[in-house]
Amino acid sequence: MSTPWPRASAPGRTPTGLTQGGRTGAGIGASTLRPDGTLKATGEFAYSSDMWHEDMLWGCTLRSTLAHAEIVSIDTSEALAQPGVRAVLTYDDLPTEVKHYGLEIRDTPVLAHGKVRHHGEPVALVAADHPESARRAAAKIKVEYAELPVVTDEASATAEGAPLVHEDRHDRHAHHVPHPNILHRQPVIRGDADAAAARADVIISGEYVFGMQDQAFLGPESGLAVPAEDGGVDLYIATQWLHSDLRQIAPVLGLPEEKVRMTLSGVGGAFGGREDLSMQIHACLLAQRTGRPVKIVYNRFESFFGHVHRHPAKLWYEHGATRDGKLTHLRCRIVLDGGAYASASPAVVGNAASLAAGPYVVDDVDIEALALYTNNPPCGAMRGFGAVQACFAYEAQMDRLAAALDLDPVEFRQRNAMEQGTIMPTGQPVDAPAPVAELLRRVKALPLPPERQWLAAGAGADVRALPGGLSNTTHGEGVVRGVGYAVGIKNVGFSEGFDDYSTARVRMEVVGGEAVATVHTAMAEVGQGGVTVHAQIARTELGVRQVTIQPADTRVGSAGSTSASRQTYMTGGAVKNTCEAVRERVLDIGRRKFGTYHPAWATAELLLEDGKVVTDGGEVLGELADVLEGESVDLELEFRHRPTEAFDLRTGQGNGHVQYSFAAHRAVVEVDTELGLVKVVELAVAQDVGKALNPLSVIGQIQGGSTQGLGMAVMEEILVDPVTAKVRNPSFTDYLIPTILDTPTMPVDVLELADDAAPYGLRGVGEAPTLSSTPAVLAAIRDATGLELTRTPVRPEHLTGT
Amino acid sequence: MDFLRPASWEEALAAKAEHPTAVPIAGGTDVMVEINFDHRRPAYLLDLNRIGDLAEWEVGERTVRLGASVPYTRIMENLRTELPGLALAAHTVASPQIRNRGGVGGNLGTASPAGDAHPPLLATGGAVEAESVRGVRMIPVDDFYVGVKRNALAPDELIRAVHLPKADGPQQFSKVGTRNAMVIAVCAFALALHPETRTVRTGIGSAAPTPVRARAAEEFLTAALADGGFWESGHPLPPSVARQFAQLAAGACNPIDDVRGSARYRRHAVGVMARRTLGWTWESYRGRAHGSQGGAQCA
Repeated sequence: MSTPWPRASAPGRTPTGLTQGGRTGAGIGASTLRPDGTLKATGEFAYSSDMWHEDMLWGCTLRSTLAHAEIVSIDTSEALAQPGVRAVLTYDDLPTEVKHYGLEIRDTPVLAHGKVRHHGEPVALVAADHPESARRAAAKIKVEYAELPVVTDEASATAEGAPLVHEDRHDRHAHHVPHPNILHRQPVIRGDADAAAARADVIISGEYVFGMQDQAFLGPESGLAVPAEDGGVDLYIATQWLHSDLRQIAPVLGLPEEKVRMTLSGVGGAFGGREDLSMQIHACLLAQRTGRPVKIVYNRFESFFGHVHRHPAKLWYEHGATRDGKLTHLRCRIVLDGGAYASASPAVVGNAASLAAGPYVVDDVDIEALALYTNNPPCGAMRGFGAVQACFAYEAQMDRLAAALDLDPVEFRQRNAMEQGTIMPTGQPVDAPAPVAELLRRVKALPLPPERQWLAAGAGADVRALPGGLSNTTHGEGVVRGVGYAVGIKNVGFSEGFDDYSTARVRMEVVGGEAVATVHTAMAEVGQGGVTVHAQIARTELGVRQVTIQPADTRVGSAGSTSASRQTYMTGGAVKNTCEAVRERVLDIGRRKFGTYHPAWATAELLLEDGKVVTDGGEVLGELADVLEGESVDLELEFRHRPTEAFDLRTGQGNGHVQYSFAAHRAVVEVDTELGLVKVVELAVAQDVGKALNPLSVIGQIQGGSTQGLGMAVMEEILVDPVTAKVRNPSFTDYLIPTILDTPTMPVDVLELADDAAPYGLRGVGEAPTLSSTPAVLAAIRDATGLELTRTPVRPEHLTGT
Repeated sequence: MDFLRPASWEEALAAKAEHPTAVPIAGGTDVMVEINFDHRRPAYLLDLNRIGDLAEWEVGERTVRLGASVPYTRIMENLRTELPGLALAAHTVASPQIRNRGGVGGNLGTASPAGDAHPPLLATGGAVEAESVRGVRMIPVDDFYVGVKRNALAPDELIRAVHLPKADGPQQFSKVGTRNAMVIAVCAFALALHPETRTVRTGIGSAAPTPVRARAAEEFLTAALADGGFWESGHPLPPSVARQFAQLAAGACNPIDDVRGSARYRRHAVGVMARRTLGWTWESYRGRAHGSQGGAQCA
């Protein structure tokens, strides 16, 4: 097997496989630096798009230009005749009976079959000597389409005689949904919402609209498939979950899983967008067909069609409250647009439904969440995963309820805040700390940034501190400040009865007279910092300094997905778990070798610290290097979180979640009320993380998640034409994400209230800050403008009535 | 695609005469995006980077001769006094990397209504120095933009420089985008006061098929300033004058609805920017001419 290397003009190393030294003190709780940090900051890091292999071909995808159409014919002859073209593949060329894939429901054709269901669906593949030749040849494939009517929202999807996006459904949700264009529906019913409503002194209802957000990771989909002599394939790929990819790829190729060997290559961000397959199967098929290595790299335009997006949603909410500020009930209906294929939609529905009430005590609820099949772009996993959309709506409701009751919005939330022991609408008790009121108290207690900061420098207005920035739209005219609060709840780990586990292999041996550890997992490092944390855990548990993190690949058991805020809990937990077993073996060796020298070997609680075996009283029994001389310990073990249950399909009852994560935000904005431009000047956040294994990484996650939520509040939206269902802004010119000048000061207050069920008491941190950031910014803009603003992102048109 | 690399301006003109479809490329910040997105595929690219004097400028007694490839960064750093409106606009062009490469010649060549340089060029006035093997011609900026992404150049002509009058009064530039940096204009407005001629000029970007002047607004304001003796007195402008000016500026727009903004918003925003930039420039004029408090400065 030959290994692909980054080309000479782009030298670089991936973070895995690096040996991380460090003080023995660099265990958990230390802010050790990322091994890939400097490489990324200096442009030396090799991403999956930088790989090169001798003799390799370039693959290219031809995608549909229409959202819904019958494929009348495909003529590839002219494309095949182009110089340098080595293969052209369509659905008819797929080698086995398995021609579909999918995370949960295998409804996605590897290449379009008979019809296309969304704009940008892959129709054909080309492999050629040069990427340009491949692209030119793809343009010469003649596809004749017969346009079909599109369904784009709930009304058109469930109308009398609506075209079915999937005609013949056999998935596990097909039998319980009210219409074949409804992918999954989950009610959550508890108590008696009607009776409780009768007790309410105020009832507030509203409709909210959440736009389609993109993960906008910076490294486009890319990978390299290398055919092997044994008929298998080696795939080097940027993904979030190697083994989930493997399970979907192998049957399409007609290969046993052990002949599809996958190695993680440099991942340039993910945020959920790499949970589904993109070019994996395509590159392997072209490699199989041509017998040559095939690389595929999407450009930015194609990337917008190459991955699922965050579900846009329409949400109807009704809350009641008594005059003393206690919630009486919640009725809500959340309609998520899943687009043309299932992706992770069923699980997103489960999250939206079970977390629809937010971090509040509401005993009487009538909740319904559903996802549609439409001809819009497929939607699936993105940071926050169903909880984000709900949080936008319930937090808007909280502000309106507080206003109706003439209560301070934070005070109102605190009166209804859940705490340890609260029963969720699903009937599941919250059995770990839930410091919702305290998080709100902390962000509220922070001093506010000074008023009119643009005048701070004297002389004239510093436009950088004003809405519009250097675009110089105001020197203070029309600018009004607003302050808003929000808090959210996110589940951690895979829910609803999924067998969620991770695997870690840990080897301990003596190298150069020093005891060292090697950690091997299949965890996808997508930027979250797992490679740093794994080394910290190994140092803590094994008392070594030097830890080598092996490249993530499929030679070791599944680590599960880098999503659902789960990797530090799950693969961190797996590393801890295996290290503990390795430590026991090491101590066994020590007892065998040296047990007779000191009675404490037999009687005391023993630890590994600073390269030594010590008693819990601190007495040194021996050097680890001596214990392990001539020996090694090597174990691979699986680790599971506590089991969960499926939600009842009628009532939504069930202990569906593993753990919850909470964050609260206070946003301070300056709004140019005449031009409708917004500057977020401060976004303060407080979050309970249970235990910060790497405080620097934790703060990075919280600030990154908050910024992604800010983007959703004021600029990020994929615009889909409602008539044609075609994407209108597939570029970074017109899909805007925050720049550093849009990113405010972000004071972060980290709480560490241990969850006793979790490794080291930690909580997943990655998603919670994305939830409450958006509604906090919206609340601040409402505070500044007095407008209702039921839709996010907010556009200048909404603020100016134009 | 053939890549032509003339070593001198004369060679470049000869190449353009021989291959009139050749697309000139200097900073490449516009052309390369189009090529990368496969939006255009010219048979010839004409690389102007070997012609050093395109990146130079000369400050004369009355005018600045600005080479077509002078990067926006240089304009910001060196020409703030002579060309304040253009320097403010240069600040808003994309990112620092793009500003290090891109220049006014590229904006003019592409002639997109969203080009950030156009509004200040219209507000200052001046002329584009276009040249071919047939000779040099000076095209007034007012006559340069002839249609959507179309300019007055003949197929064999190249832009060598822009001749712009040095500012004789305050100038301002304002641009709406939906983020605080690196954004294409939803709409933009430039205003220049010309105390020497007792006139005002404007430029509007991204709110009509081409960059346009708000001529009715200019005429109204020029008359109002003259009739009220404001140039001499330096008195504050009555709000009604600013309002009327803003309304007329908005009326000069002929915008469309697109992914970046609605037509209605663009018209509204141009009016707001017109009113504000008038306030800033007039306060600045009063400060300079009459010693009262100056207007706000830009960072």
